[in-house]
Amino acid sequence: MEMSKIKILTNGFIKENPTLVLVLGTCPSLAVTTSIFNALGMGAATTFVLIMSNMLISMLKSVIPDKIRIPCYILVIATFVTIVDLIIQAYVPALSSSLGVFIPLIVVNCIVLGRAEAFAGKNSVFDSTLDGIGMGIGFTLAIFIIAFFRELLGSGALFGQNIIPFDGILIFVLAPGAFIVFGFTIAVVKWLQKTK
Amino acid sequence: MEYILMIIGAVLVNNIILAQFLGICPFLGVSNKISTALGMGAAVIFVMVLATLVTSIVNIYVLIPLNIVFLQTIAFILIIASLVQMVEIILKKISPTLYQALGIFLPLITTNCAVLGIAILVTQKFPTSILDSVIYTAAIAIGFTLAITIFAGIREQMDLVSIPKGMKGVPIALITAGILSLAFMGFAGLV
Repeated sequence: MEMSKIKILTNGFIKENPTLVLVLGTCPSLAVTTSIFNALGMGAATTFVLIMSNMLISMLKSVIPDKIRIPCYILVIATFVTIVDLIIQAYVPALSSSLGVFIPLIVVNCIVLGRAEAFAGKNSVFDSTLDGIGMGIGFTLAIFIIAFFRELLGSGALFGQNIIPFDGILIFVLAPGAFIVFGFTIAVVKWLQKTK
Repeated sequence: MEYILMIIGAVLVNNIILAQFLGICPFLGVSNKISTALGMGAAVIFVMVLATLVTSIVNIYVLIPLNIVFLQTIAFILIIASLVQMVEIILKKISPTLYQALGIFLPLITTNCAVLGIAILVTQKFPTSILDSVIYTAAIAIGFTLAITIFAGIREQMDLVSIPKGMKGVPIALITAGILSLAFMGFAGLV
């Protein structure tokens, strides 16, 4: 693989991380990060939608008229979200009930539409797929980090297994903890980027 | 009485932003000034009530009878997107003053997950009643306006204080929102 392809793939990991650097898709990053299991499930669902919609949109880019491209993109994304939603309902009902409304809400996750508009609408199918994979991994990584600290501090557990013998600080599992952990994570990423 | 409790619950106890995490993007994006926050709030109330009205009618009279509820996400997002576009065109023609006040916020609302989120949530919460759905949505939208206005007030004050370099911008805004959310938790148990 050439250098530039690797760059497209790794761009979303840290340098242009959709959640921590561009601060897009904030709603799921706050809502589903109560446990690592939920965060990874959400990350996988969003990654699938990102890859598939990026791929299909870049295939169709010469067919879609420029003026109505946004509704077309939304329709493509909504179709893949429905597929993911039905698959999760059928095979992982526990995940479906804990993520709830946030699975259909992948449609309005700005990351997916943002990548369609900024990347997939202009680049080749292969590059767009790579971009989808990279951004999906970046998003998953970000919500994994937030969920890691919330689950550890909030219940003293990781992956549902108690690892430290304390009850945890309840506030980190509740709503305020989500905002605070997310805020500090972004601050740390900003600081890391500056010192590099 | 039932409705009063439902409204208090939706505005304060289950505040859409601070407890349910919907509509965070506009909450962070357009909360620099109280006046813009109020404008955004008004636009959200308007669009959300209208969107829920249409989506719950479609859900009850089209999707459920035809047994195609699995198309809900696709149907609702298309309805919301075209509704926002239509409202924009009608407002421009009928009331230029209102259009000037709300106009710039309308395109932003299509991607506001609060609108789609609440449209889906009310179909689960009130599967048969359109009136209940609309009242609940109005209360939720008022809660959105309340939270974003309070937050804008705090951020206006925050411009005047010195904040550590790394915390400037989004991080401090999120931590402030966390503290605000903590304050709203005090309402838990009210209803």
